[in-house]
Amino acid sequence: MVKQVPDIERVRFDVETGRLDRSSAEGITNPFDLNALEVGVQIKERLGGRITAISMGPPKAESTLRDCLARGADRAVLLTDRRFAGADTLATSYTLACAIQELGDFDLVICGEKTLDGDTAQVGPEVAEFLGIPHVAYVEEVRAFDRERIIVGSDVGRFHYVYELRYPCLITVTKDVNVPRLPTLRDKIRARRAQIEVWDAERLSDVAELNRFGLKGSPTTVVKVFTPISSRRRGVILEGDAGEIADRLFDILKEVGALRIEGE
Amino acid sequence: MEYKGVMVFAEQEESVIHPVTFELLGKGRELADRLGVELTSVLLGDGVGDKATILIHHGADKVYLFEDQSLKEFDPLRYKENIVPLLRDVKPEAFLIGATRVGRTLAPRIAAALRTGLTADCTDLDLDEEGNLIQIRPAFSGNIMARIRTRTRPQIATVRYKVMKPAEPNPERRGEVIKRDVKVIEDSGLRILKKEPGKGVDLTEAEVIVSCGRGVKSREDLVIFKELAALLGGVFGSSRPLVDCGWVEREHQVGFSGNIVKPKVYIACGISGSPQHLFGMRDSDIIIAINKDPSAPIFSVADYGFVGDIYEIVPILIKKIKEQRRTAKNLKFLQHGT
Ligand SMILES: Cc1cc2nc3c(=O)[nH]c(=O)nc-3n(C[C@H](O)[C@H](O)[C@H](O)COP(=O)(O)OP(=O)(O)OC[C@H]3O[C@@H](n4cnc5c(N)ncnc54)[C@H](O)[C@@H]3O)c2cc1C
Ligand SMILES: Nc1ncnc2c1ncn2[C@@H]1O[C@H](COP(=O)(O)O)[C@@H](O)[C@H]1O
Repeated sequence: MVKQVPDIERVRFDVETGRLDRSSAEGITNPFDLNALEVGVQIKERLGGRITAISMGPPKAESTLRDCLARGADRAVLLTDRRFAGADTLATSYTLACAIQELGDFDLVICGEKTLDGDTAQVGPEVAEFLGIPHVAYVEEVRAFDRERIIVGSDVGRFHYVYELRYPCLITVTKDVNVPRLPTLRDKIRARRAQIEVWDAERLSDVAELNRFGLKGSPTTVVKVFTPISSRRRGVILEGDAGEIADRLFDILKEVGALRIEGE
Repeated sequence: MEYKGVMVFAEQEESVIHPVTFELLGKGRELADRLGVELTSVLLGDGVGDKATILIHHGADKVYLFEDQSLKEFDPLRYKENIVPLLRDVKPEAFLIGATRVGRTLAPRIAAALRTGLTADCTDLDLDEEGNLIQIRPAFSGNIMARIRTRTRPQIATVRYKVMKPAEPNPERRGEVIKRDVKVIEDSGLRILKKEPGKGVDLTEAEVIVSCGRGVKSREDLVIFKELAALLGGVFGSSRPLVDCGWVEREHQVGFSGNIVKPKVYIACGISGSPQHLFGMRDSDIIIAINKDPSAPIFSVADYGFVGDIYEIVPILIKKIKEQRRTAKNLKFLQHGT
């Protein structure tokens, strides 16, 4: 599962309205989703099989799917329809889960840990629930895999756990899981000509209840946005000799509770 | 039956309650009192029954207890299979879960199973005039805060650790512990093969971070900044170049391709403040920067910016902290004798 997100380094942001000007920057592929794809490609290299890249988003998310095809995906499906728009994580997950079901049998669903724009890390586990399959989130290493199962490592709480998951299952991966490879020029050219399947809401009507898509299917709404006070920094710039600065730092650290002298 | 009451998920690992639970109980108590409803909590595990009273001391009126060997270790499916029927039965209007890895793994499954809304990583919770839960969370890498409402019930939220005040325990408080029958799932498709101690560094949980950048001249000098971090009970962090050249382990990297951190205090030593670095730390409560160059971009996000040489300032600061601590200790010794 891959999502196109705005390039946070370049996107213009209106602090007044709290809106992103999504047209101000090109979309990029959510970086964690490239790690997810790389996991798939490495499994395919050893065991064979087929990788389908699936994304829900506006028509221009097609470029992200092309990128996935260049990096080793065999098939690409773009879910795009006005009726999908305005979806929160519940409706997004439901839509993606329906599409996965529609695609037919699968062994493993791989997601990124989170998206740069949504930043919820909810979509992966919600899809797993809708599909009724087990999942592990925040996978940091893939230790082994065969045709029945995958063995993954993930830090939870104070421990590092090694889990065995039987297919079909879902994992969400962190950036530590691998280093995504770059596509070769040849692959890029091939991907440019490749076919991207575009699915609308109707295409899912056999498996889905259409009123659970998009805005209608989304129980959460943003009622208001505001600028956080914490972003307005005091911005005190202090110069002086090293001794004075160290004294001042000492006082500040005590004042903000980062430094305790007593009770040591 | 109407949805009524506030419920808190009590996270435990090896029978130790995660401290975010006490913060949720503190907030949950406040919300429940404002709504005039009950605060309940749900605890799952094996041999954790004695912990239920601690939850009551921290404000819960009732604790629903699920005890079974199959719940000894966290398994999102097994936990969900027990919590979902409880929520259907008790029908709380709000269900609060810590935004820890456990919470963020579990909450989405519960929300999807109940087809209800879920808001991730809240930093505050409030009520509107109609008593709806208002969930406040940073959006778009902390540039803005959003107030979010859920029209379905229960309203579920995960809440960030260390943003709310923990409830004060009161050992006099009484409440009810209700044992529930456990739905035992023999095979959930997930098996724990191994459990090892974690890496031990968790920048995202740190309250204080002392970070270094290319202002540091050699690998050996890192000990200075690590010492400061230790003196402040904090964790050592780094910009990416020091990781790339192999001086610092990856777990310590702050930034876009490293950790996103939100400590109470972030101290940047010899870091210029590239957009990629700022991305990872600009949500910190207080940012202190030391840099030789007064035009360094790091100063634009700093609460306190010091123009100076880290090699001069930091050692003096360390010396002063040590001296003052020694004095305080001696004083205490004189006051209390042996
Ligand atoms: C895709 C991508 C991802 C990236 N991800 C990250 C990331 O996650 N994290 C990250 O940090 N970077 C990241 N970077 C790198 C980033 O662009 C910068 O190169 C990096 O943050 C600069 O590190 P720095 O501030 O330590 O070094 P510099 O920019 O070289 O700054 C060193 C600073 O130290 C000051 N200084 C020197 N000597 C002293 C002294 N004695 N006393 C006081 N001050 C002194 C200088 O004035 C200077 O401002 C990424 C880059 C890319 C392209
Ligand atoms: N619109 C989408 N299309 C495809 N995959 C998505 C979409 N939104 C989220 N995902 C997947 O779910 C993960 C977590 O997203 P989020 O819950 O938004 O943080 C991402 O890394 C993707 O793998």
